[in-house]
Amino acid sequence: MIVANRKTLEEILGMLKPYKKVLLLGCNECVTVCAVGGEREVGVLASEIRLARAKEGQEIEVKEQTLERQCDHEYIDQVRPFVGDYEVILSIACGAGIQYVAEKYRTKIVLPAVNTTFLGVTLEQGVWSERCQGCGECVLHMTGGVCPIARCAKSLLNGPCGGSSNGKCEVDKDTDCGWQLIVDRLKELGQLDKYEEIIPVKDWTSSRDGGPRKRIREDLRL
Amino acid sequence: MKTKSNIERILESGGFVVTSECGPPRGADSEVIRKKGNLLKGIVDAVNVTDNQTSVVRMSSFSSCIILKEMGFDPILQMVCRDRNRIAIQSDILGAGALGINNILCLSGDHQKFGDHPRAKNVFDIDSVQLIHTVKTLRDDGKFLGGEEVKGKPILFIGAAENPFADPFEIRAARLGKKVKAGCEFIQTQCIYNIERFVKWMEMVRERGLHERCAILAGVTPFKSVGMAKYMKNSVPGMDVPDEMIERMRGVPKEKQSEEGIKICVETIQKVREIPGVRGIHIMAIEWEEKVAEIAKAAGLLPRPQIA
Repeated sequence: MIVANRKTLEEILGMLKPYKKVLLLGCNECVTVCAVGGEREVGVLASEIRLARAKEGQEIEVKEQTLERQCDHEYIDQVRPFVGDYEVILSIACGAGIQYVAEKYRTKIVLPAVNTTFLGVTLEQGVWSERCQGCGECVLHMTGGVCPIARCAKSLLNGPCGGSSNGKCEVDKDTDCGWQLIVDRLKELGQLDKYEEIIPVKDWTSSRDGGPRKRIREDLRL
Repeated sequence: MKTKSNIERILESGGFVVTSECGPPRGADSEVIRKKGNLLKGIVDAVNVTDNQTSVVRMSSFSSCIILKEMGFDPILQMVCRDRNRIAIQSDILGAGALGINNILCLSGDHQKFGDHPRAKNVFDIDSVQLIHTVKTLRDDGKFLGGEEVKGKPILFIGAAENPFADPFEIRAARLGKKVKAGCEFIQTQCIYNIERFVKWMEMVRERGLHERCAILAGVTPFKSVGMAKYMKNSVPGMDVPDEMIERMRGVPKEKQSEEGIKICVETIQKVREIPGVRGIHIMAIEWEEKVAEIAKAAGLLPRPQIA
């Protein structure tokens, strides 16, 4: 799922300074799974905002609404009947959802309550780890199912570098060396001969480098 | 001979190569490079200039190489993949060829978090193996990575680094194999303190016949103090400093420590040059360039053959 971190309350309050009527929108998908933007977090944030404002002797109305997701029209449309009652929308969805809400409600200021970070997995409750960078040219069949783009700090296709030590990456002692993981997996799979092959230079056009991306399935269009 | 490289020339004649390095200044003062160069006159066959080592911004390797070339050295342009994409890289290789720089060392590059601009974006468009391939393609095929023709091939002797002390150890010779397959002609190793491990690595390298296709220059770095030895052991990734060495440094009074560090360095040189497949030494006396002459002399590496 997409993993995001909640911005600090300080930063959020700063963005909300001029406003008295806020529509707080949560999302039931990725950000719920990573415990940052689901119904419960919406409730918590709304309370924090009201409390902070009360301390300053100011009022604020925060309407709480959690949508199924914010990356599809039909769910964002659900707030159309009452969105006009609010000065600003504060969204705890991922960056895609926040932007889609802004696209749909063009006269409304939409504020991000989170910093969207990576595509990842749940290692255990409360711990999420990056796995994919969306490069658009998957090589997982060549590297034992471990991604060299996302899990190597230098995105080396022919790693490891000289800084790999005891299975850890030079950037952080708690970060696994992606290439140690790859070599271990290739060994387990009896595929260490794959390591001997030179992977050629990457075509980054399918990645962010090629420009903003779009995917069209003609067969699914109405 | 493929190139005008002094390293290639000495290797072809069956000789033993000595290289060292100059770290450029944190400013635009070319005198710093000239002073360091002067300390190495007659001591080395070729000299590396580091490329924003540990991601700390310094005067570029390219410009420093030109200064050293003007002084009569055969410089080795170090190029990392961290800061440049394939367009800038190929452009700089052409420039190096145009200005008569005969050697290039292809490296991944330390992550930017180690340096003075940890907030920078990193590039890593290509990796060090692909960089070796790029130089070879420009030089021998006369083609850019995109396939188009190069009008005026850059002729550089192709080098890289390899670290016998990084993990996973079992693939470190295979990784050298990839570099050699890509076109690497010489390598400089990370500095050696754990001789036993280096010997094992050389065995693995010889098993693959890599020592015959690629000249291995053994890297050495003298300890200035026990503090430096401990720092290298604990805080530098991919560095292997055996405890015995720390103890040896510690067992000597403070004012004698640098002397002991040099002694260890000289002994290391004498030991590794006996290992079959080792074709030279790369002396890295970081910010201690004035000691290189002393080390080279004590290790019996002088005089150096004259540069043609």
